[in-house]
Amino acid sequence: MNAAPETILGIDHVTKRFGGLVAVDDVSFDVPRGKVFALIGPNGAGKTTLFNGITGLFPPTSGRVLFEGTDIAGVRPHQVAAMGIARTFQNIRLFEYMTAFDNVRLGRHCRTHAALHQALFKTRGERAEEKAIEQRAMELLRFVGIERFAHTFARNLPYGSQRRLEIARALATDPRLLLLDEPAAGFTPQEKVELMALVRKIIGLGITVFLIEHDMRVVMNVSEHIVVLDHGEKIAEGSPAEVRADARVIEAYLGKSA
Amino acid sequence: MTVIGGLRRLWETDPRRDPTTLTYTLLAIGAVVVPLLAAATGGGYLVGQIADAGVFVLLAIGLNVVVGFAGLLDLGYAAFFAIGAYMYAELASPYLEAMGIHGGIHLPFWILLFVGMFVAAGFGALLGAPTLRLRGDYLAIVTLGFGEIVPRVVRNLGTLTNGVNGISAVDPPEVPAWISGPWSGDPFKIVTDLKVTDAVGYYLIMVVLVTVCVVLVNNLYRSRIGRAWMAVREDEVAAAAMGVNTVRIKLLAFAIGASLSGFGGAFYASKLAYVSPGNFSFLVSVTILVMVVLGGMGNIPGVIVGSLVIYYILYNFLPDLPGHLTDMANAFGFSGLLQQSGDWPGLAEEASRLKFLVFGSILVATMLLRPQGLMPSRVREQELQKGTHEDTTIEDVGAATGAE
Repeated sequence: MNAAPETILGIDHVTKRFGGLVAVDDVSFDVPRGKVFALIGPNGAGKTTLFNGITGLFPPTSGRVLFEGTDIAGVRPHQVAAMGIARTFQNIRLFEYMTAFDNVRLGRHCRTHAALHQALFKTRGERAEEKAIEQRAMELLRFVGIERFAHTFARNLPYGSQRRLEIARALATDPRLLLLDEPAAGFTPQEKVELMALVRKIIGLGITVFLIEHDMRVVMNVSEHIVVLDHGEKIAEGSPAEVRADARVIEAYLGKSA
Repeated sequence: MTVIGGLRRLWETDPRRDPTTLTYTLLAIGAVVVPLLAAATGGGYLVGQIADAGVFVLLAIGLNVVVGFAGLLDLGYAAFFAIGAYMYAELASPYLEAMGIHGGIHLPFWILLFVGMFVAAGFGALLGAPTLRLRGDYLAIVTLGFGEIVPRVVRNLGTLTNGVNGISAVDPPEVPAWISGPWSGDPFKIVTDLKVTDAVGYYLIMVVLVTVCVVLVNNLYRSRIGRAWMAVREDEVAAAAMGVNTVRIKLLAFAIGASLSGFGGAFYASKLAYVSPGNFSFLVSVTILVMVVLGGMGNIPGVIVGSLVIYYILYNFLPDLPGHLTDMANAFGFSGLLQQSGDWPGLAEEASRLKFLVFGSILVATMLLRPQGLMPSRVREQELQKGTHEDTTIEDVGAATGAE
C-alpha cells in the first residue's frame, strides 16, 4: 500500500436538518482525488441532500465541506461552480428551450469574462472569446457523443442524450470534481455500459467523479471507493468488495433477517 | 426574366427561412420611404406620429430584455420612462428658475439622453437589488407598486416637479450641424447649431436611436450575457449550479431595460416639450407589455412590429374610428344610424364610447389566432407546441393503458 491518496473533498461532520427531520446526520468521509467515488443507500437516505449541501443549493446546518482544503459550506452555488465543482441533477434540469449547443455554451459562463460593454459593442476580445466557447462546446458534445443533436432543443433530445448533455454542460465549467446524481437512472443495460465507459473517459481527463447511483452493477463496476448512507447516517465505507460483504449494508438494502 | 425569376426564388425561399432579415429589411425600407412620402403629400403630422411610435419601440425593446429574455415580469416599467423624462425636463428647461436657479438649467440633449439612461438604470438597480430575490408573481407585484409610486411622488413633490401641472417649455434637441434640404422645403444647405423643431428632425433622431439600440440589444442577446438570461428564465437553480450569478444577471437585465426606458423618456420629453405625471400611468406600462407579448416575446423584430401595430391601433385607428364609421354609414345609405335617438347616441359617439371594447376585442382575437405573437421567437413557438404535444401524449398513455 502506498500513502493515502490526496483528498479533494472532505465531508467533516456534516448535518442537515429540515425542521425536525434530520436528513443527513453527522456524516464524515473523504473523497480521494482522481478516483471514482460512489455514494449509495436506499431511497431517502440523504444522498441528494448531501450533494445539495456540497454545491450550495441547501447549505448544511452544521459541519464543514472542505474542497481542496477550503471550507465551502454556505458558499453560494455559482461560486461553488467557479471553484471547480460541477454537478448533474437526479431529475434532469437542462435549459429545455435552449439548443444542446447553447446549453453547453452556458456552462462556459463562469470561465469567460466578456463584460457588458464588450458584449454590447462586440469587441475583438469578445468575438475571440465567443469563438473559443463555440469550439469548446462542440468538443464537449463530441466527447459525450451527441454532436448530431447540437442544434436541437434540449427537451427534444432522446432521454439518454439528455443525461449526456447534462454531463457535457457540467464539464464545460472545467470542474476538478464532478458530482453525478444517478447518471444511469432509467438507462437500458446497453446505455449503462456506455455510461461506465464515459465515466472512465472523464477520469482520464484528470477529473474526480463522485456519483450517486442505485444500480449496483454500475456502482460495483466503476467505482473504487464507496460510502453507504442509510437514514442520513453513514453505515459503511470501503472498496466495493468490502461494502458488498458488510452486514449492515445488506440489512439496509434487504431488511433485517428474522 | 432572370431578374424576375431571381426575385421569385428569393421570395419563395428566403423570407420563410429567415423572417428576421426580411422584417429588418422591410422596416429599414419603410423608415426611408415613409418620410419621403409624407413630405411629398405635406403630411408632417404623420412623420411626427411615427417618431412618437419610435419612443414606444424603444420602450418595448427595453421591456423585452426584462420580460422576453430574462423572464421577469415587470408591471411598473413606465416608472423608468417617467424618471428619464423628468430628468430631461428638469435639466433642460427654464423650469428650475422656480427653485431659484436663474434661467433654469439647459444641458444639451445628447448628454441628457445618456444621463437619463444612467439615472433610470440606477433606479432599476435600486429597485431590483432587494426585490429580484423574489420570483414570478411577487416580483410583478413589487414592480406594479413601484410603477404607481413614481408618478405619485412626482405629483406630490411640489415645486421640484410642479405637481400635476407638469413642466413645460422643455428644450428641443440641438444638432451641432444639420443638413437642410428640399425634403423640408428649404434649399439644400448645411446649418450649424440648429434646434430640431420639425417632425422630420425628430423622426431622423428617433430612427438613429432605435437602430443603435436594436444593434446593441441584438449583440447582447448573442453574448454570454444573453445566454445567461435565457438560462435563468428556463431554470434558475440549474443556471446557478452552472456558475451563473443569478441575482446579478437578473439585476443587469432589469437595469438595461430601465436604461432604455429612461433613454426613451428623455427623447419623449424633448419631443413633447412637456411632461406631466399623467403621461406615465399604469396604462402605459400595460400598453408596452401588450406590445411585447403581442409582437412576439423574446424576438426583437417581432417586438418592433408589435409596438408599431399597437401604436397604430391606439393612436390612429381608434381615434379615427368614429369618423370612418360616419363616412361608411353615409356611403352605404345608413345615415339614419348617425342620428341620436333615445338611448342610441348616434354611431360616431357610440364608436368613441366603445373604443376600448374594440381594442380589447382586437387583442383577444389576436391572441386566439396567434397565441405565440405576430412574430414569435423560436422558443415561444416551441413552448406553445409543447402544450398541444403533451395533450396528445396524455391521450396516448390513456389509450395504451386502456388496451392493456
